[in-house]
Amino acid sequence: MTQTVFAPWEDPNETPLIQFKGVTKRFGTFTAIDNLTQDIYAREFFALLGPSGCGKTTMMRMLAGFETPTKGQILIAGQDMANVPPNERAVNMMFQSYALFPHLSIWENIAFGLKRMKMPKDEMNARVDEMLRLTRLSKFAKRKPHQISGGQRQRVALARSLARAPKLLLLDEPLGALDKKLREETQFELMDIQEKTGTTFVIVTHDQEEAMTVASRVAVMDDGKIMQVSTPDKIYEEPNSVYVADFIGDVNIIEGTAKKTSEDGYDILWHDGQEPFHAKTTRQLSDGQKAFVAIRPEKIGISPEKPEGAMNAVKGKIIDIGYLGNISTYHVELPGGVMIKAQQTNTRRLSRRTFTWEDEVWLSWTLTAGSVLER
Amino acid sequence: MRRLFLISVPYLWLLALFLIPFVIVLKISLSDTALAIPPYTPQLDLTTGWEGIKSFFGALDFENFVWLTEDDLYWKAYVSSLQIAVFSTLFALLVGYPIAYAMAQAPEQWRATLMMLIILPFWTSFLIRVYAWMGILSQEGLLNQFLMWLGVINEPLIILNTNKAVYIGIVYTYLPFMILPIYSALEKLDGSLLEAAEDLGCSRFTAFWLVTIPLSKNGIIAGCFLVFIPAIGEFVIPSLLGGSSTLMIGKVLWEEFFANLDWPVAAAVAVVLLLILIIPIILFQRNEQKQREAEQ
Repeated sequence: MTQTVFAPWEDPNETPLIQFKGVTKRFGTFTAIDNLTQDIYAREFFALLGPSGCGKTTMMRMLAGFETPTKGQILIAGQDMANVPPNERAVNMMFQSYALFPHLSIWENIAFGLKRMKMPKDEMNARVDEMLRLTRLSKFAKRKPHQISGGQRQRVALARSLARAPKLLLLDEPLGALDKKLREETQFELMDIQEKTGTTFVIVTHDQEEAMTVASRVAVMDDGKIMQVSTPDKIYEEPNSVYVADFIGDVNIIEGTAKKTSEDGYDILWHDGQEPFHAKTTRQLSDGQKAFVAIRPEKIGISPEKPEGAMNAVKGKIIDIGYLGNISTYHVELPGGVMIKAQQTNTRRLSRRTFTWEDEVWLSWTLTAGSVLER
Repeated sequence: MRRLFLISVPYLWLLALFLIPFVIVLKISLSDTALAIPPYTPQLDLTTGWEGIKSFFGALDFENFVWLTEDDLYWKAYVSSLQIAVFSTLFALLVGYPIAYAMAQAPEQWRATLMMLIILPFWTSFLIRVYAWMGILSQEGLLNQFLMWLGVINEPLIILNTNKAVYIGIVYTYLPFMILPIYSALEKLDGSLLEAAEDLGCSRFTAFWLVTIPLSKNGIIAGCFLVFIPAIGEFVIPSLLGGSSTLMIGKVLWEEFFANLDWPVAAAVAVVLLLILIIPIILFQRNEQKQREAEQ
């Protein structure tokens, strides 16, 4: 049995569920969204990731219908949404504050949207019960929102927004108010529910770990623009800019000048008198152009002697060690004062650790470990 | 001990300023009129000792309360007061709710100013403001002059000295008491709740009806009681703006007391009024308590 990979964005015959076409949104003189074009496909779990004020929430609110684009077009299932009010869209939103109606019980909160659809009574009862079961809230049906915990409220909000079986579910920082453990559990629950219901999810978050965990594709945003859209692993391994590389996870960025050595091989001159770094990239750079090498700390090996056959090896001194339990991060100073973070899994007990402060060590990485970036 | 002391302060306050005066009024209501100073008997005379106390209590009776049931003036005045209070409360709600709503919707930096404007009339004497209404509503008053100048009417409307003027006066005077609690309820309302309601299929109007109104319910109830309770016993407004046909229990009480010098009957009227008011006051306190519990 072969399992097909879910990647509708690579299939040119697939029609997207949501299309942003040259959308600009201004609030007064402030441009929240700047000429943005993006497709989102059915059954996707699409994450909008970025710092606060980058326009991700505005994008979501335009999908829900609470904001209208200043310029451009938003299509959902091929239909222009310009004059469709929020209550007539097959879109539901889970609010950051959950926005549960405090005067209604959990049951009534979930039934609220169904009542507006004029659903027959027994059908509605069955649907609400189904939602309560899906989110494991059956016991709390009669309680009011202030009588349940934060995690339960979050599930009520999810159940309420899913009850109307929307084509598209928008989640605005859905897990922001939960503590770390509960958040991790809930992330998997969300993915599970998304798979079960087959709904398209668009999630807004500033938490990169959350975006990486749940999403099928991640869009990294900055200043009203999408910097890169890709699957979580591509975003992490092949960032297209220093901004994206830096925003997602830990990274070492070394500035230098490029020199072409072969079809896809480059030397990056990073410090006079030091051997240049060697790297491979499909990007075309001209000789002498400014370039950045982005290397993840876990991709850098650390050894007491110069490793044989390593494509990139450089000597440095350990300045600091960050002990995180499962891994340790070594801050190593290279000649010229460049600081590099290298991570190593702690397979041995702390007392038998090989390296300590002020040790001279060799850092090494392969040709493809680092990404060569132009900006 | 400390707790006992803290609790005793408000109770002593109530005892001194409510219970003792009430007992005095109750005592007068059980007495008889007399041409004397003060104009009622019996007086408690402690110099004659036990005999004095016995004859004092022996002379008290419910005659005045029986009298209230015999003359239909009194129950008509009670019913008419209730009616005026109920309708005034309703009008105040109809006028006050939109104002409170607009205030809560106004931009943050405007709200303090708007609040100030609502409270501002309290800075001038209530009596002067009621007199001002006489100037506005009379046949040669500003309102009639303005309407005739516009050509809307040919002869002046008769508003002053009718129940209309009483309604206008009461609604005007007590409007801030309606606006403030409703405003405080609406101001707390989380805007995302309305967005959520729209998101779940409500039109703007149904969202208002299903979310805004229920969530401002406590404000509405508080505002209604704050208008209704003083309005029912209102005396100044009906006597200044109302006519001879305006029957309100506050006015009757005043006349018994000052015109007829019948203190015992006036006291009986007051006691019955208090008993009538106790019901809404208790309901009001219940509502407040429920609200506090809900907020915890």
